[in-house]
Amino acid sequence: MESSAQIFQYILSGLANGSIYGIIGFGFAIIFNATGIINFAQGEFVMLGGMVTVFLLSLLQWPLVYCILLAILLTLIVGIIFERLAVNPLKDASPITIVIITIGASIFIRGIAMLVWGKDTYPLPSFSGDTAINLGGATIMPQHLWILGLTCIIIILNRLFFYHTIYGKAMRACSVNPKAAGLAGINVRAMVLISFAISSALGALAGIIIAPLTLTSYDVGIMLGLKGFCAAIIGGMGSGMGAVLGGFVLGILESLGAGLISAGYKDAIAFIVLLAILFFRPGGLLGRSGIERV
Amino acid sequence: MLTVKNVNTFYGQLHALKNVSLHLKKGEIVTLIGANGAGKSTLINTISGLTPPRTGSILLDGFAIEKLPPHRIVELGISQVPEGRQIFNTLSVKENLELGAFLYLRKKGGRRLYEEMVEKIFHLFPVLRERCHQPAGTLSGGEQQMLAIGRALMARPQILLLDEPSMGLAPLIVKEIFSVIHALARQGGTTILLVEQNAKAALRIADRGYVLETGKVIMEGEALELMENKEVKRAYLGRDRKDIWER
Repeated sequence: MESSAQIFQYILSGLANGSIYGIIGFGFAIIFNATGIINFAQGEFVMLGGMVTVFLLSLLQWPLVYCILLAILLTLIVGIIFERLAVNPLKDASPITIVIITIGASIFIRGIAMLVWGKDTYPLPSFSGDTAINLGGATIMPQHLWILGLTCIIIILNRLFFYHTIYGKAMRACSVNPKAAGLAGINVRAMVLISFAISSALGALAGIIIAPLTLTSYDVGIMLGLKGFCAAIIGGMGSGMGAVLGGFVLGILESLGAGLISAGYKDAIAFIVLLAILFFRPGGLLGRSGIERV
Repeated sequence: MLTVKNVNTFYGQLHALKNVSLHLKKGEIVTLIGANGAGKSTLINTISGLTPPRTGSILLDGFAIEKLPPHRIVELGISQVPEGRQIFNTLSVKENLELGAFLYLRKKGGRRLYEEMVEKIFHLFPVLRERCHQPAGTLSGGEQQMLAIGRALMARPQILLLDEPSMGLAPLIVKEIFSVIHALARQGGTTILLVEQNAKAALRIADRGYVLETGKVIMEGEALELMENKEVKRAYLGRDRKDIWER
């Protein structure tokens, strides 16, 4: 019989992992909202965040925080280049074509990363040490607190951006009705570019804050990207808050499953949850029914 | 102020506009009438930049705009109220109006102009003030049409293109909307291009009209002339053939 402290422990680490999935899912949702595209290269932004930070840290020997900011900026630039080269030139391509292009781009980015950094895994130091904190019988790493705190900040910032700035509102307008948005004087293509910039930066941040816990390598983007995708689907594709909620649900179930059943099933659980949601509630937890995107 | 010259627009292989020419003078109300599929909406969308013409030119005060994207055309002062209203359903009424003002709200000091404009719109359509914080999708059809017009006016256009503003609305609301359109041109000096299925109502407030058939302009003239024209009467004003031909 597992003790309640242990369950609490699983939930805590589930929340932390779930935050990461949620942030990545948020990135999926933002691009999906602006363009209707599911960007399967999202995971590579996550990988780039972690790997570039590790690389900058050893190259420049700067304090961690500068390396992190620079890594986010560089990933954001990659996101913008990606949009300009791979997405923007397409006019009226079918969604399936675009999805295949994003998969192609993700393989390309991963390949480059492997050539540059090799197949090794790299550690990233924790932001504020590795002394575990005792919390009601469970232990929590300072890094977990960073993850939870930054997730809250991201949620608040996104809320402010999308509901209280004219550009955020314009992006929501593009997702509801791109044609009408153009007629209101909104440059829809510029909004698409901004959506790629925001998602790549979010992806990078997710990759950076989880790296101290899990190590990072050229191929972490595959699994993290898929988990983020699951989070977005569970929450209802196109709903940013839904993605974060989906991430929490996914993270907690995964961690409980791994703890109570077997750690070997950790990844399987994510996909079982995904399938269950698609069977029973295809619109996601917060999504509207049907295929209308919001 | 707006001149459309020999415009040809295609949807893939479909030749939707065939050598269409038209002009608008400042402060005029001009109506486009024609059956479904005659190319009325296509013409409006071609002017707005949504379906750019393959050949031909569109000049706004002598400046060629036919290659510009929709948002640039709005910036130059041509706003469209699209067919079917196309409001931002999940956004509030107020947010819809803010987005109409996107072009100057993003600039510094645009807020004041916005407050001023929004007051004007609320004055024009008082019901929008009451509905201010409601999601736009919960409005009635007539209110949504008012919102769509309000959103387009927020951009402070010189030329307003209206695509079927009476579609699916109760006669009383249609009357209200038409009187606002009339006032916009007569008092506000806004130039208006009005696409309507309801040819009778449109010709009544218009100065001039164009009749479109299968992508071609087959007739143009003063509104009064068109109203009296036998062919127009028969085909678009719903008079019985007998009344006209066998009197």
